[in-house]
Amino acid sequence: MRLSQGGKSAIPVVLFLIVGFAAPLLAVIWFSFMPPRSFSFGGAPTLENYATIFQGTNYISFLWSLSLAVTAVALLALVCYPVAYGLVRVFGKWAMLLTLLFTIPLFVSENIRLYGWVLFLIKNGVLLGTLKSMFGLQLESILFSLPAIILGMVYVYLPFMLFPMTLGISMVPNETRDAAFDLGASRWQVFKEVELPLSMPGVVIGFLLTFVLAIGAIAEAKVLGGQRVIPITHDIEIAFTYSQNWPLGAALSVLLMLVVGVLVLLALRRFDLDTFLGRR
Amino acid sequence: MAEASPILSLKSVRKMFGAHAAVDSIDLDIAEGEFFTIVGPSGSGKTTMLRMLAGMDTPTSGDILLRGERINDLPANKRPTCMVFQSLALFPHRTVGQNIEFPLKIRGEVPESRKARALQLMDLLRLPQSYYAKNVLKCSGGERQRVALARALAYDPQILFFDEPLSAIDYKLRKTLEKELKDIHRETKKTFVYITHSLEEAMVMSDRIGVMRAGKLVQVGTPHQIYSAPNTRFVSEFVGDVNVLPVSLDTDGRLHSRLTGARLKPPPVPEGFSEGHLVIRPEFLRFLAKAADADNAVSGRLYNEYVLGSRIQYQVRVGEGVFAVEKLRQQAFTGKLDDDVIIGWDAKDAILVTD
Repeated sequence: MRLSQGGKSAIPVVLFLIVGFAAPLLAVIWFSFMPPRSFSFGGAPTLENYATIFQGTNYISFLWSLSLAVTAVALLALVCYPVAYGLVRVFGKWAMLLTLLFTIPLFVSENIRLYGWVLFLIKNGVLLGTLKSMFGLQLESILFSLPAIILGMVYVYLPFMLFPMTLGISMVPNETRDAAFDLGASRWQVFKEVELPLSMPGVVIGFLLTFVLAIGAIAEAKVLGGQRVIPITHDIEIAFTYSQNWPLGAALSVLLMLVVGVLVLLALRRFDLDTFLGRR
Repeated sequence: MAEASPILSLKSVRKMFGAHAAVDSIDLDIAEGEFFTIVGPSGSGKTTMLRMLAGMDTPTSGDILLRGERINDLPANKRPTCMVFQSLALFPHRTVGQNIEFPLKIRGEVPESRKARALQLMDLLRLPQSYYAKNVLKCSGGERQRVALARALAYDPQILFFDEPLSAIDYKLRKTLEKELKDIHRETKKTFVYITHSLEEAMVMSDRIGVMRAGKLVQVGTPHQIYSAPNTRFVSEFVGDVNVLPVSLDTDGRLHSRLTGARLKPPPVPEGFSEGHLVIRPEFLRFLAKAADADNAVSGRLYNEYVLGSRIQYQVRVGEGVFAVEKLRQQAFTGKLDDDVIIGWDAKDAILVTD
C-alpha cells in the first residue's frame, strides 16, 4: 500500500494517538470486563463489574456528579455571559487587564487554590475571623457544605466558560448589531434577536467544556466539601486505590465516559455549531 | 426635483475625530423622492456623513433636519430611515423570510401579516417565493443584495441610505443591480441617499450627485452637470479618463500650454482666471486632416490604442504631454501606430478649472 504525502506526514500523529489515546482507553474498556479484583488482562471477560454497579449504590454518586456539574454550568453561564459581554463590548482598554486577572490563577495548582479557599472560608479564617474580630459578627462557615463545593467548581472552571463566551460574543459582526438597531430594535431586542443567537457557538463550547470538566471534578468535593458529597470520580478513585478493585473502577470509568459522551452528542445535535455559524 | 420641499437638510454639519474634521461644514438639501448620491474617494468622509444621517453617529456641530425637525440626537432605531450596509449585515442565523420580516417582528406585527408583506417585497425584488425559508447564507451575492433591500423596505422608511452595497460585487452583476435599484426607486417613490466611490455608478442611478473631497462637498449637481461642467480638476478627473492641461492665460486672451507649447483658443474664461487647467474629455478630441479643421490643434505621434468595448481609446504623445482620444468603434481611426497625427477640439468643448 502506498501512502500519499499527507498520509506519510500524518504517521507520527497517528502513532502518538494510538499509543497515548487509543491504547489506554482500550485498556480501561478491556479491564472493565475482567473478573473483580483481578490485576491482569488475561482473565475471562465477564459483565460482573457492571452487574455490581447496577445493583449497588454507585448511581447516587453518578447523580451527585451530574447535578453538581449541571448546577455549576448553569451558574457559570449566568456569571460569565455578562463578564464576557463586558470584556468584548464595554471595558475597552481595561479588558486586557481583566483577561489577565482571570488567567493568572490558572498558573497556580488547582489544589493549592482550593486550600486557599479553605483558609478563606474556615471558621476563624480570613473571612469569618476578620468579621468576628472587626465587627463582632459570629457567622456559620459554609465550608464543608454543598454551597462550598459549588462555589469551588464555579471558581475553578470560570475561565473555561468565560473565554469561549468572549470569543463567541466577539464574533458577532458590528454591522449586524447596527443593522438591527437601525431597523427599529431596542437594545434588549438587539441582544435577544441578534447578539445572543450569534454568540451561541461560543456559549455552547463553554457549556460543553465546563460540563465535561465539572463532571470529572473531584478535588472540590474532597477539599471544600469535606467529603460530605461523594461524586462518581471519588468512587472511581476508591475502587482503584483503597478497595484495590481495578476492574470495578474501570467499569465505572467506562460508564462515566458513556454518560458524558451521550450527553455531549445530544447537546451537539440540539445546538448544531455549523447552523449557528451559518455554514448550513 | 429642485422645487420639491427638502426631506433632509444639513446645516453646517461637521464631525470631528480629534483635531481632524472628517465631515467639514456641509450644507445640503435633499428633496423628497430624490435619488441622491454622495461620491468621493475613500477617506473623503462620505461614510461618516451617512452614519450621521442614519443616526449611528452624532454631528459635532451643525444640524440635521428631517422635514424641518432637528434629528441630531434621535437614535437610529427611532428614525424613520433605514440603511443598507456595505456588508449588507444580513442576519446569518435567519432565513430570507425572517430577515425581511425582522423590522415587522420588532414592531410587533402578527406572523400572517409579516409573511404577506415579506412575500410582497420578495415579489417586488424578483426573489422567488420559494426562497422564503432559505438560509440567507445559501443565497448568491445578488440575491443577498435583494434580501437586504427588501428588509430595509419592510421597515417602510421615509429615506433609504445605501453604504456602497454594490462595491463587493463583480462588474456585470453590479451593472444589472444598479439599474434594478433605480427601477426600485421609481416603484417605491422613496428618497434614496446612496454613497459610492464610483462616479460611474452614481451617474447611472442618481437624480443628483454630490462630490466629496476631504470632508467637504466640492460640487453638487445632476449627473449631466457633473460630467459636462465639473467645477474643479478633482471632479473632472473623478468621472474617468480625461485630458488635463496645465494652462495660463496670456494677455492676448489665448491660453498657453507649457506641456505642449501650444497656444489655444479658450472656452468662456471665468472671471479673474489667470492660471489653471484645461479639461478636455477624450470623446471631444478628434483626428484632423489639417490643423485648421478645429479651433485648437496639436500635432503628435500615435503611441498606442486600447479597445474599450464600444469605444477605442488612442494615446497620442504631444511634446511631453499625453492625450487620450476616444472614438466609437464604428468610427475607428485608420492610422497606424507611430504615425504623425494632428488632433484637435473646438474651444466650446473644453472646460477651464482653477483648482
